Amino acid sequence: MRITLEPRPPSRWREVLMPFAAIAASLVLCGLLIVIAGANPFQAFAIMGEAAFAGKFAITETVARAAPLVLTGLAALVALRTRFWNIGGEGQLLVGAMAAAWLGAREDIPVPLLVPAMLVGAALAGAALAAIPGLLKTRLKVDEVVSTLMLNFIVMYLMMALLSGPWKDPVTGWTDSPDILMDAEFPVFWAGTRLHLGVLVAVIAVIGIGIVLKRTSFGLAMKVVGENPKAAHHAGLDVGRITLFAVLLSGALAGLAGAGEVGGTQFQVIASISPGFGYAGLVVAMLARLSAVGVIPAAVFLAAITTGADEMSRQTGVPFFIADAVQGLSLIAVLVAMTLARYRIRWRPSPKREAAS
Amino acid sequence: MADDTPLLTLTGITKRFGEVVANRDVDFALRPGEVVGLLGENGAGKTTLMNIAFGLYRPDAGTIAVAGRPAVIGSTADAIALGIGMVHQHTHVVARHSVLENLMAGLAGRYGLIDHTAALARLAEIAAAYGLGLDPDRLVGDLAIGEKQRLDIIRALFRKARVLILDEPTSVLTPQETEGLFSAIKALKTDGVGVVYISHKLNEVRAITDRVVVMRRGAVVADAVNDGTLTNAGLAVLMCGHEPERITRTPHQTGAARLELAGLRLGRGTRPIDLKVQGGEIVGIAGVSGNGQVRFAEAIAGVTSPAAGTIRIDGKAVNAASPRRMQEAGLAYIPEDRLGAGLVGTLPVSDNMVLSRFGASPFAHFGWLDRKAMAAFAERQITDYDIRPPDAKLPIGLLSGGNQQKAIVARELALKPKVLIIAQPTRGLDVTAIAFVHRELMRLRAEGCAILLISDDLDEIFQLSDRIAVMYESAIVCAMAVEQATVAGIGLAMNGGAVEAPA
Repeated sequence: MRITLEPRPPSRWREVLMPFAAIAASLVLCGLLIVIAGANPFQAFAIMGEAAFAGKFAITETVARAAPLVLTGLAALVALRTRFWNIGGEGQLLVGAMAAAWLGAREDIPVPLLVPAMLVGAALAGAALAAIPGLLKTRLKVDEVVSTLMLNFIVMYLMMALLSGPWKDPVTGWTDSPDILMDAEFPVFWAGTRLHLGVLVAVIAVIGIGIVLKRTSFGLAMKVVGENPKAAHHAGLDVGRITLFAVLLSGALAGLAGAGEVGGTQFQVIASISPGFGYAGLVVAMLARLSAVGVIPAAVFLAAITTGADEMSRQTGVPFFIADAVQGLSLIAVLVAMTLARYRIRWRPSPKREAAS
Repeated sequence: MADDTPLLTLTGITKRFGEVVANRDVDFALRPGEVVGLLGENGAGKTTLMNIAFGLYRPDAGTIAVAGRPAVIGSTADAIALGIGMVHQHTHVVARHSVLENLMAGLAGRYGLIDHTAALARLAEIAAAYGLGLDPDRLVGDLAIGEKQRLDIIRALFRKARVLILDEPTSVLTPQETEGLFSAIKALKTDGVGVVYISHKLNEVRAITDRVVVMRRGAVVADAVNDGTLTNAGLAVLMCGHEPERITRTPHQTGAARLELAGLRLGRGTRPIDLKVQGGEIVGIAGVSGNGQVRFAEAIAGVTSPAAGTIRIDGKAVNAASPRRMQEAGLAYIPEDRLGAGLVGTLPVSDNMVLSRFGASPFAHFGWLDRKAMAAFAERQITDYDIRPPDAKLPIGLLSGGNQQKAIVARELALKPKVLIIAQPTRGLDVTAIAFVHRELMRLRAEGCAILLISDDLDEIFQLSDRIAVMYESAIVCAMAVEQATVAGIGLAMNGGAVEAPA
């Protein structure tokens, strides 16, 4: 048998249905994993759904968890618009978190400026980190997949060094950074929930990025550069500069996700401040089919899987890591679905090997 | 050769791609020793039909017979085994291997061993019989384009092809190389090989074929014996269904030099280029493709920087140029690679219409796109240039090649350029679209634009140019008024030969 791909005529509904088909496929595959783990998949998914969405607490918790995913998803998306694979969202989030924790603990910043300083500082830190692979790519043509990915580890170990060195708690010896000031904690806009300023920042970012992509000439320039850099150059666009701007914006968004986790959830930097939000951002961006608005449902889906998996694990004994499996499978499924939306698979019998005559 | 059983018979072939019917109930036959010209506009289904015969596509309906016996051709391997060979417009050869290795690639002899001696003998046999010689030890990467094509033909004969399909074979050849190809075709004919000759060039088709089959919109509309009564005009009408316009170039007064190149070097070690193009003048750059034409155009357009030299537009030097600077200086560039360098295929027509200027007024204000202005501009261009289908929202990659070229021409001419560089303006276009592009170029010439026309279609160069320059090994080797130029002389210069006419 030989497998060939034949292009299909473009179809709008196929493009729209594609992510849903991908999610369905990944859930079916995970259902199989749950069966292997010895539980009933329908019951397991029911528990997950309930834990993620039943009641005010569950819903707001899922939304709060989605906020950093929205921001890292936007970060991945913005860079991908120019065909820059920013795998460094994780590192950019961590430097953002460190910047926010450092600024949030400073007594010399006037109180009303504390929270804005944390947000701005985190965004700048993320952008500065992203500038390294951005410049390497646009000036020296260094492959960004490798450079962004490797920087994640450098940043992570720098953070561990900080936590077990200068930031170590002198009394308890815990590897946590000092708590940020009470005044630096992000305001919660619904008492009794964890819907903090970071969630609002994420929503504003979706609207802002959506407008930039759709309505501004910079947004169109990014798209032209991403879709056909050669034509962009011929048309007089500065491909390097546009790519670099997109990468800086991407880093800033990931940095903001770090600020949200420090200011709204943890109030300090801990070693496990990000359970891979940066990497998950890529899944979010792909599930959203690179649309800014699509990032919200995609992030909520992944957040729900994580919150739900916690509870399901407790009740059924299926390991919590099923959440990671869903995440990974949904990325693979969405990539497969993207291909299938555009191409048809043809199975052909292999040509008969004729005997040498 | 008394046997008159057709070598290849296609009966009732239908092939659909989505909603497009590429072939509709087509019958086609090729007899031994016959050269059949397959004519038609782009998208008429010529190449699709031959790709079916060569096993690249499966027909949706219809049957194929080879030498009178029904055959199923599921792959190119099947086609080759049945004695069918095809030479594509773009050659498929492995550059780092020798001629001999290329010929033997994929061929295994007895017990999987490769028999060099037999292969060399066969190569010499082909050279002697058809005048198709090539040094077996040369690296394919070193061959000229015409030689690579010869290698493709030799490879088909090497595998004992009785049916040879040539798709636009002369588009990359000099006139002398075309002559060589024609004498090889004549030798193949006497040997009983059948040749299918796909081309847009009516003169060639009339010169070399025994029979002409004309296709339009997927169906055969004419099948006529080439008995000397066929005319270019008659064939063109059959191809496009109506009378095509004829371009006439009337001599007129040209103005001052608008584009001046002085000491322009395309690379280290290449000879410097000095060239002036006056307002209202078309200078045609002839040359075998691959002699630096793309780099020449890109260097002038600011896409790449030349190794040395100055470029002046209307007397003003534009140094350290970028594409944007050259556009601002009044230069427009229409590259030969339309979809690769000129357009963004996935974006709608409206965005592509303003690709170089959506960042500024009137299409953007302070960084905000004015989508209404963009749409209105695109609608106007679509109407003025008759771009089809008339839908500004359609991704431009879905338009036909002719309509894509119309869109680029519309876009660049809207800039009212002082200087236009246009490369291979009609490559792959059909008769109607070619007439359109030529008409626009003449209009621009009348308006006083300086036009540099790069083309490897000599007919086009002679038809449109006021002066002709020849590019060879990244330099201009001669330049002369069109009245002084001869096809033979230009063809010689294209191959690096001496030119008698004064520059």
